[in-house]
Amino acid sequence: MRTAEAFRMALEALRVNRLRSALTMLGVIIGVSAVVILVAIGTGAKDAIEDEISGLGSNIILVVPGQLNFQAAPTQSRLDLGDVNYVRRVVGDPSRVTVSVQSGENIRVGRNEAFVTVVGTDENIPNVFERPLKRGRYLTETDIDTRRRVAVLGSEVSQQLFGDLDPVGRQATIAGVRFRVVGVYEKVGATFGVARDRETHIPVTTAQRLLGVERVNGIAIGASGPDVIDSLGQKVVDALTARYPDEKFSAVTQTQLLGTIGTVLGMLTGVLAAIAGISLLVGGVGVSNIMLVSVRERTKEIGLRKALGARQRDVLGQFLIEAVLLTTIGGTIGIALGVGGSLLIEALSPVPASITLWSILLAFGVSAVVGVFFGVAPARRAGRLDPVVALRAE
Amino acid sequence: MTAFEAAGLTRSYQLEGVTVDALRGVDLTIGDGEFAAILGPSGSGKSTLMHLLGCLDRPTSGVLKVGGVDVSTLDDTKLAELRNQMIGFVFQSFHLLARTSALDNVALPLVYRGVAKADRRKRARAALEAVGLAHRLDHRPSQMSGGEQQRVAIARALVGDPQVVLADEPTGNLDTRNGEEVMGLLERLNADQGVAIVLVTHEPEVANRARRQIHVRDGLIERDVA
Ligand SMILES: Nc1ncnc2c1ncn2[C@@H]1O[C@H](COP(=O)(O)OP(=O)(O)OP(=O)(O)O)[C@@H](O)[C@H]1O
Ligand SMILES: [Mg+2]
Repeated sequence: MRTAEAFRMALEALRVNRLRSALTMLGVIIGVSAVVILVAIGTGAKDAIEDEISGLGSNIILVVPGQLNFQAAPTQSRLDLGDVNYVRRVVGDPSRVTVSVQSGENIRVGRNEAFVTVVGTDENIPNVFERPLKRGRYLTETDIDTRRRVAVLGSEVSQQLFGDLDPVGRQATIAGVRFRVVGVYEKVGATFGVARDRETHIPVTTAQRLLGVERVNGIAIGASGPDVIDSLGQKVVDALTARYPDEKFSAVTQTQLLGTIGTVLGMLTGVLAAIAGISLLVGGVGVSNIMLVSVRERTKEIGLRKALGARQRDVLGQFLIEAVLLTTIGGTIGIALGVGGSLLIEALSPVPASITLWSILLAFGVSAVVGVFFGVAPARRAGRLDPVVALRAE
Repeated sequence: MTAFEAAGLTRSYQLEGVTVDALRGVDLTIGDGEFAAILGPSGSGKSTLMHLLGCLDRPTSGVLKVGGVDVSTLDDTKLAELRNQMIGFVFQSFHLLARTSALDNVALPLVYRGVAKADRRKRARAALEAVGLAHRLDHRPSQMSGGEQQRVAIARALVGDPQVVLADEPTGNLDTRNGEEVMGLLERLNADQGVAIVLVTHEPEVANRARRQIHVRDGLIERDVA
């Protein structure tokens, strides 16, 4: 018997039992669409977070006191501006090093008030981070040296306090002290839940006096290229450890963050895919079950086919192709639903979804394999039926 | 040439530890183009013999040659091919595929012979015309009378140009008129195309139309009247 003939016969058999075929496929459809959707969500989440991280800027090294450990409480900083200058000498290029002193404060303009993250920093912000200006200017060296009370607002802060007015040159009161707005940042979005558009930048020296502290919270370095990130981070950490032998310091790089988060999210995607895969397996068991019922029901038909000259492999092939058609047609419908569902989720909800070719190919491949795997037992049973017994069956 | 040559053919079944001897040593030769009827009481082994002759089953002991070939030398695949090439079956209960048109039912043996679709349909149509069903090509079994269904089954048996047609009580489910018609078709097949016919029957009138009557009793040939 020709293969094309076997396919035609199998399709005919599925068509004859339309409802049953559809219900059998349902398990596979659900399994496959679940795989596609869950992998799309997992991949979407990973892409989104990786975008956020690279949105910070490139080649960034964050130097923080203490050991970087997700369980440990943040270590009290002992770094001050003298240490920042020391790090600048270690790095060699002072303009590649910037600093931050942070505190949540109220900011007020007339009757408008907002609670924002006040960041004391310096003129090197644009050299290290991706932080384009919308209006006005960045902080300058003179601002830092003379402890000017000037501020650069995040886009959301500006919107909240000034609405559509241009805030540059206007006054704002931070923690009871009057500041002059000199610039507004472009909208940059959030990174790790840190709403960077809700930040207000003021000179680090001004911030230290305002908050009554000598310390800085962290130092950020923009490496000159991706290949020097690790060595430069290590060099700075070593230098700081040499200066304070009892203290620990850590350098966090984007690559580390990307690597760690990528691994975690990759695992998450894997787990989601595995869970969906289990439902696909259950769908396969359903196919097997229905095929066994079908073989029993069609015992006489099988006997007749054998009497008319069907060989064992003809009958086996017919039932195997039926099973594989069930799962691959189901798989194709499932892929279509999964892609549609992912696009819908992407469009209608904040959950990012990114459809990947590998998940589609995998889902299709797995459904075909499921068909063969779960179809083989019923098909063999059909192929081995004794024609006389089959013909006599009632 | 002989269609069938059987010597010392036995077939026993194991049923819950008890051995049932359905055939107990049958010697039988059926030549090409013969028209033979097998008669006997219920349970005497007629169907068992038919299944052996039709290569649907294998004897427990003894030698069976079909078209000169010893079937014990053939594996299941070869046996299936032999059935497909040499033997046409007609069953008491028609055994047509439900939900399948008369034309496709008749063409089925050719599917397993690897005949191309167009050719299959042409030959199936010719076979249906030969049994007087040119007007029922697209009918399904449920849309046809018993007599018509059995004629479709005969068309299916002859579409592959077999050497032998084995018919197990082909008129058993039919009224006299339809039975008559089916017998007429088998006789014509035998006379015009020289196809050997072996049919099992209970009815003396049917048996008497054959040129040879083989009486089976208790798994043995009791009488063989030509
Ligand atoms: N699969 C089987 N297992 C056990 N015994 C069987 C089997 N098939 C047939 N037999 C027994 O073999 C004997 C012959 O059966 P067979 O069907 O050949 O009879 P028959 O002559 O065709 O009868 P009928 O006229 O009723 O069709 C019977 O006793 C039957 O019970
Ligand atoms: Mg019988």
